[in-house]
Amino acid sequence: MTNTNTFHQPENSVTASALHLQDVCVSVENTKLAGPINLTVAPGEIFTIMGPSGCGKSSLLAAISGTLSTNFKVSGDIFLGSQSITALPPEDRHIGMLFQDDLLFPHLSVGENLKFGIPAAIKNRNERDALAEKALDDAGLPGYMSRDPATLSGGQRARVAVLRTLLSRPCVLLLDEPFSKLDVELRDKFRQFVFRHVKAHHLPTLLVTHDPDDASATGGEIIQMANTFT
Amino acid sequence: MPRKLFGISVIALGLFGFSANGQAAPQSTANWQDVQEKAKGQTVYWNAWGGSELINTYISWVGKRLWDDARITLKQVKVTDTADVVSRVLAEKTAGKNEDGSVDLVWINGENFASMKKQGLLFGPFTQTLPNYKLVDTESKATTIVDFTIPVDGLEAPWGMAKFNFIYDSARVQKTPTSVADLLNWTQQNTGRFTYPSPPDYLGSTFLKQALTELIEDPSVLRTSTTELSELNQATKPLWDFLDALHPNLWRKGSQFPASSSAQQQLLDDGEVDIHLSFNPGAASSLIKSGELAPSVRTFVFDKGTIGNTHFVAIPYNSSSKEAAMVVANFLMSPEAQARKQNPNYWGDDTVLAISKLSAKDQQVFAKIPLGAATLPPQELGPTLLEPHPTWMEYIEKEWLKRYGQ
Amino acid sequence: MKTFRALPSKVFRLRYMPAITLLVFLTPVGAGLISSVLPAFGYLPALGRSDFSGEAWGQLLHHPAIPASIFTTITTGFAATIISLGLALFFVAAWYGSPSYKKTRKMLAPVLAIPHSALAIGLAFLIAPSGWIVRAITPWATGWDRPPDVAIIHDPYGLTLILGLVIKETPYFLLMILAALDQTQAEKRLTVARTLGYKPISAWIKAVQPAIYKQIRLPIFAVLAFSLSVVDVSLILGPSAPPPLSVLVLRWFNDPDLSYRFMASAGAMLQLMIVIAAISLWFVVEVGVSRIFRSRSSMGKRHFFETEIKLASKAGINFLVMLFSGSLLVLVTWSFTWRWRFPDFLPSVWSFHSWQNNLHNLAESAGTTIAVGLAGSIIAIILVVACLENEKQRGKNAGSGALWLVYLPLMIPQVSFLFGVQVISIKANIDSSWVSVIWTHLLFVLPYVFLSLSDPYRSQDNRFFNLALTLGSTPSRAFWRIRLPLLLRPLLFAFAVGFAVSVAQYLPTLFAGGGRFATVTTEAVNLSASGNRRIVAVYALLQAILPLIVFAAAMRIPNFVFRNRQALKGS
Repeated sequence: MTNTNTFHQPENSVTASALHLQDVCVSVENTKLAGPINLTVAPGEIFTIMGPSGCGKSSLLAAISGTLSTNFKVSGDIFLGSQSITALPPEDRHIGMLFQDDLLFPHLSVGENLKFGIPAAIKNRNERDALAEKALDDAGLPGYMSRDPATLSGGQRARVAVLRTLLSRPCVLLLDEPFSKLDVELRDKFRQFVFRHVKAHHLPTLLVTHDPDDASATGGEIIQMANTFT
Repeated sequence: MPRKLFGISVIALGLFGFSANGQAAPQSTANWQDVQEKAKGQTVYWNAWGGSELINTYISWVGKRLWDDARITLKQVKVTDTADVVSRVLAEKTAGKNEDGSVDLVWINGENFASMKKQGLLFGPFTQTLPNYKLVDTESKATTIVDFTIPVDGLEAPWGMAKFNFIYDSARVQKTPTSVADLLNWTQQNTGRFTYPSPPDYLGSTFLKQALTELIEDPSVLRTSTTELSELNQATKPLWDFLDALHPNLWRKGSQFPASSSAQQQLLDDGEVDIHLSFNPGAASSLIKSGELAPSVRTFVFDKGTIGNTHFVAIPYNSSSKEAAMVVANFLMSPEAQARKQNPNYWGDDTVLAISKLSAKDQQVFAKIPLGAATLPPQELGPTLLEPHPTWMEYIEKEWLKRYGQ
Repeated sequence: MKTFRALPSKVFRLRYMPAITLLVFLTPVGAGLISSVLPAFGYLPALGRSDFSGEAWGQLLHHPAIPASIFTTITTGFAATIISLGLALFFVAAWYGSPSYKKTRKMLAPVLAIPHSALAIGLAFLIAPSGWIVRAITPWATGWDRPPDVAIIHDPYGLTLILGLVIKETPYFLLMILAALDQTQAEKRLTVARTLGYKPISAWIKAVQPAIYKQIRLPIFAVLAFSLSVVDVSLILGPSAPPPLSVLVLRWFNDPDLSYRFMASAGAMLQLMIVIAAISLWFVVEVGVSRIFRSRSSMGKRHFFETEIKLASKAGINFLVMLFSGSLLVLVTWSFTWRWRFPDFLPSVWSFHSWQNNLHNLAESAGTTIAVGLAGSIIAIILVVACLENEKQRGKNAGSGALWLVYLPLMIPQVSFLFGVQVISIKANIDSSWVSVIWTHLLFVLPYVFLSLSDPYRSQDNRFFNLALTLGSTPSRAFWRIRLPLLLRPLLFAFAVGFAVSVAQYLPTLFAGGGRFATVTTEAVNLSASGNRRIVAVYALLQAILPLIVFAAAMRIPNFVFRNRQALKGS
């Protein structure tokens, strides 16, 4: 796993820019869930938000990625570099997400899952296959293309999920407690795997977690979010 | 018949509705040749009861012949109950659809005819226009011009003769009853072996009419319309006395009746009852042939006669294929179609034609028709009793329901 | 506050889907109802009456058959619903997860696929005094040479009618319970209760049932309404003197004396009122029962007639399975019969005649049935998916609050609005056309499709869809590649349910098709008038075979497509 850049060729990516949140607030039916939050995450930096469950961490990430349910209201602005992405639909934001569940599409094979992430601009089928295979090789899963995701171990599935996200060439990475479901041994290895890729791709990365180990492993900035409910 | 004439009459109908007896403007001047010309290429949706495989096959044959002869497409719309057709035409009238109606020809008689006539839902008179109509035995078969006491007025073309009769299993019944009164004796000796379909089933109602006709003091009162309740009560008392006596001896002790005449046919074959009712003297033979009843079934009638009527075809006022429908009606009255119809191998239904009016060749054809093992020869069928006026029927059905239907 | 709902134009159109769906629905139903209400108050210009009066109601209420008819309707309707529901609930409670539970589960689809009337015809012959069961033991065991003179079919209490309905409705409830189980974490609740020392049945009743009940309330109301207004099964199995109200009303609608129309319309309204009153009553009793229930469930009693319920529910289900299989088998036998008299156990003369002779008709009516069924189900699926997708994307209350109205056609007796529907389709000049037949079928297909699809659709994990978006996929690609494939199984199942419902429609086909559309069901009902069991059997089987094929396909296709996908394999 040395040359991870192969599936994220710089010439096709948006030039690495920082993620800014400006006065971002999430509320539902006039009850504030999170914010106002102001922060900046530089490319390659992992910014950690810590807080107890129910403090609105996940809602915040959904707001950034644009997938928040329409019952929720979001105010403030989100910038990628100098460009506001606040009004963009999720698919145009180039914000990759990882959850505590791997969420591999159960009806697709491992290879099809990976190729689902590859941008449509790459039209040549062979080229798409090659990209997916290369990614699997690099992640230590050679020959897994046609495997059923359900037959993989938890660690393997988690890695495939990361690869899928990276193959979609995100400009930002959001991590929603992606390590919490793995057992301790695996967790550390996987964390290293993810962080290595974040650095290699110069991705501004936002991590929400309530595990202090996760936070300390990032080596980046940490903020504490309080529960807004009383 | 010029197309325009239809248009005008339809508009007239739309504006003024039919006159009380349901007749449209007379059009006897119409030329049969023109009708046949117009009929070519038309499609006739013939709404006809579809409950008999044999009859459906006969109707398919008619369709084939008409296509060959006249390039008319005949489609049978199988109906469970002709009253549905009345409803449909009524719905069309309700919606103001006075042209291109969904029904072009309907197999009909009795109450349904009375109803369509009264509501102005029929086209005609048209039967005089049909060449074969002059072969119909209107003289001795009075029911071809008076349908359940309602004058036909040329609004429906006679198609077949029906006569109430009984089908029984000769392997199980030796002596058959000879009258309604004798039927009571018979059921006393054969408890639980007779029943009749619950009115308003066609045959169930006919059984009541048969009993009423035989038991009433003065049968002539049945010829006229009566709505006077006391008179009805008084006149029908013998019927209710008879039924009160009869019911305890019936199948299920008279607490339950077959829902339809076909259900009763099944009861006969299942051995649940020994007697079944029929309106077609050839039915027993046909049913043996089709395997629906045992080879041992036979027919009997009452000595003093049974109720008889005629079934017809009529054309709804809003049909868009009236010419073709007329050609179909005419073909149905042809010696060829009537002879086939009378053959128990195809149907076994009595002809409406006067044999004496036919050509010598056609008379031969009729003479050669086999009777069928279970069919009574015409001379043994007994006299034909006339249908009472529909008002009697309505009263009896309601009263029956009140007395026995709950 | 600036909201940044970034929704593509496709969704913008989606938002109209609930409105469109309701329009498709409420127009004919509402207008049909009005066209039926007016005559009830003496307004029917085609019959020369345009004065409003209560005369029809007077006639109706003084009709001699009415009191007994209403009584029969109510007792059979409630009995069928209560027995089916009780049996289904107790069976799942007692046998959940056991081998016999799994075996029963496999029987559900075939039973559901077979139209009520086909089953009723088979059942009637199976249990009649001259039926197969009696023939099996006659004369060697009974000494009878003629069938006993006892009323089994059309019995005055409607017991056979209840039995016929229970055979069909119990599996329907079982299926609805199964669907509800997946959404109520039943397994976990059950485990918790069991570890607290509750026996299986009391654990189920106290920990799972309340949650299940909420989920199946709507199906219960649908079944109750159906049982109170069913026509075809009543005609075949129900009491005849007098028949249930639905049959009486239909008879009046069809009476050649058109003045009966007024009373018929009033009768249809009465029928509607009975259904509404019954559902309200059920609702009230339910509140009371659940109160008693809750006060009891905290008393700590750890068992509830465990053995009795276990044995009784198993026996009940086995009894129904036996009757069902027997009914089906007897239909097959009759379709190959030439002569079969009492008391022969098997036909004396066998024949292919009934199949052969009807081949042409069979092909034609089967073709019409398939065409209408496929079109109706596909349209229903599209509308339902559009409504549900709208809900997913715009939040639950986004215009779909009124969607419960799609269940209206299930609650309203068919006869009460079909005449009106017919009039409207004639006015719109689409009567007797494919459009009107498919549209009218849709009124009954769509509610069942909605009922089958809404839960799986609503409970699908939205994160899959959202994740696809974050991977750069457009909403429409995420919808087609992720949302729908993951829902393949429920989609196909809903499709099969819709198809089966369409196949079974008799009155709607008749009214909307102007009689010109012959489906296997209209043919079966027409021919059942002939009493010719051989042909009736052929059509009844065909009625059963078509939905069965579709159900089988709906079960098999996902298994094939997902043969290498463990997570999506059928259970």
